[in-house]
Amino acid sequence: MIIRKFWEGRASATASFLLLFFIFFSVSVKAEDHSVGVDSTHHEADAKKFNAGEMIFEHVLDAHDWHIADFNGHAISIPLPIILLDENNKLHIFLSSRFEHGHASYQGFMLSHEAPHKGKIIPVMEGTHEIDPSRPLPTDLSITKNALALMVSAFLIGLIFITIGRTYTKRQGVAPKGLQNMLEVIILFVRDDIAKPSIGEKKYHKYMPFLLTLFFFILINNLLGLVPLFPGGANVTGNIAVTLVLAVFTFVITSFSANKQYWAHIINTPGVPWWLKLPIPIMPVVEIMGVFTKPFVLMVRLFANILAGHIVILGFISMIFIFGSMNVFGGYGVSIVSVGFSLFLSLLEILVAFIQAYVFTLLSALYFGMAMEEHHTEEHSVESHH
Amino acid sequence: MELVLPGLGLIFWMTLVFVLLLFVLKKFAWIPILSMLKEREESISSSLDLAKQTKLEMEKLKSDNEKLLAEARHEREAIIVEANKTKDRIIAEAKEKAQSEASRLVENALQNIENEKRAAMNAIKMQVAELSIEIAEKVLNAELSDKKKQSELVEKQLNQLNFN
Repeated sequence: MIIRKFWEGRASATASFLLLFFIFFSVSVKAEDHSVGVDSTHHEADAKKFNAGEMIFEHVLDAHDWHIADFNGHAISIPLPIILLDENNKLHIFLSSRFEHGHASYQGFMLSHEAPHKGKIIPVMEGTHEIDPSRPLPTDLSITKNALALMVSAFLIGLIFITIGRTYTKRQGVAPKGLQNMLEVIILFVRDDIAKPSIGEKKYHKYMPFLLTLFFFILINNLLGLVPLFPGGANVTGNIAVTLVLAVFTFVITSFSANKQYWAHIINTPGVPWWLKLPIPIMPVVEIMGVFTKPFVLMVRLFANILAGHIVILGFISMIFIFGSMNVFGGYGVSIVSVGFSLFLSLLEILVAFIQAYVFTLLSALYFGMAMEEHHTEEHSVESHH
Repeated sequence: MELVLPGLGLIFWMTLVFVLLLFVLKKFAWIPILSMLKEREESISSSLDLAKQTKLEMEKLKSDNEKLLAEARHEREAIIVEANKTKDRIIAEAKEKAQSEASRLVENALQNIENEKRAAMNAIKMQVAELSIEIAEKVLNAELSDKKKQSELVEKQLNQLNFN
């Protein structure tokens, strides 16, 4: 029942996602029309020339410094630590300001501006800005914009919930109030409406810490991503590395909590004609693929939803500057519409922030529940009673 | 393309941050919060149970009271009926006794009166007899002072004593 409802929800979410993507592409096409001939080193370029696609991608992608604003053609950004492991397993640690936004090399490395390594750190030949083809790309463990945003939000989450946890121990047997009361509703929702029905009354306890951490991590990062001011605004949950790690956690926990029946189900699916299993194991292959597609879909769904939200909002903001570069009055005129749409989409994104946190957590819980389902023994015990 | 290619560095930091967050929150937030919530829910449900039980007990007590009250009322009625009966009986007995006593007294009185009457009669009779004798003596003395009168009297007497 829940699964069926969820699939319906997903279909509509996918439809709206496609629609939003369509809108975004129409915007970016327009943007490119007007940005023909813009110098690739746009920092020095005429401030009136504006490349919406570049701006949007600069915002939604990870970066080695935290770009806050441009002032008089100079980027105001926070330098972040660069941590590189080179081919000789030597560690290089320095601040990204050494790269001067990609205009300088440091310790034989440089921030690339061009494809195929755009935005990545490449090894360069001494004294030049050319890539050194003899050296492999370094292992980049830098604390990037998203990594810093992750730490900030993790700190924030930790602060909130440890405070609340202490409140619970201190104010024992007293009615909850304030922040504790607000978050208790969500905690109870995760427990009673996600974990209990999906995993089952007996076994849900073990998974509660993970599910709660997952839910609040996604929710708070989604919401922080909508705050345009530092330290918000980073596209954390719209980054595929972040959603990949979350999905891998779900996958690992599912696989480790799976019982024999779960694996037996995959290898020898009951209720399926034998010729689908022998001699060509079509069903087992499909089932094994399913084991991996479940977390893969989790990863892509969260990533795509949050990314799309960021892109669309930025797209609407970009429209002001695109029209503004054509005509000042056009810019002002469009700004009214764009701000209205951005506001509407931001509100929509707040809803999406909750929905995606809910969906990711619910599906994780469902997968845990499915991995531990004891379908057959129950049926047999029912039969033996008759 | 970079959009859909996960960066190794971010994977590393994300894993580290998430694992740390998971363990820190588990120890300092989720376990205390969840156990407190459970404790509170249990205390609420036990309080509700207690209230329900108390209510039931109260109702039982109330019905017991009513039963007792009804019993008492019943007993009172019985006692009253009994008392009434006793009263009636006592009154009847007393009446009977009084009646018999009265009749006995009346009888005694009658007896006494009779006796007295008889005694009085006797006394009167004696008195009368004595007086008669005395009168007769006096009369006789007066009358029988001459012969003529004596014979007249005898004659009169004889006439009176008709031998029929």
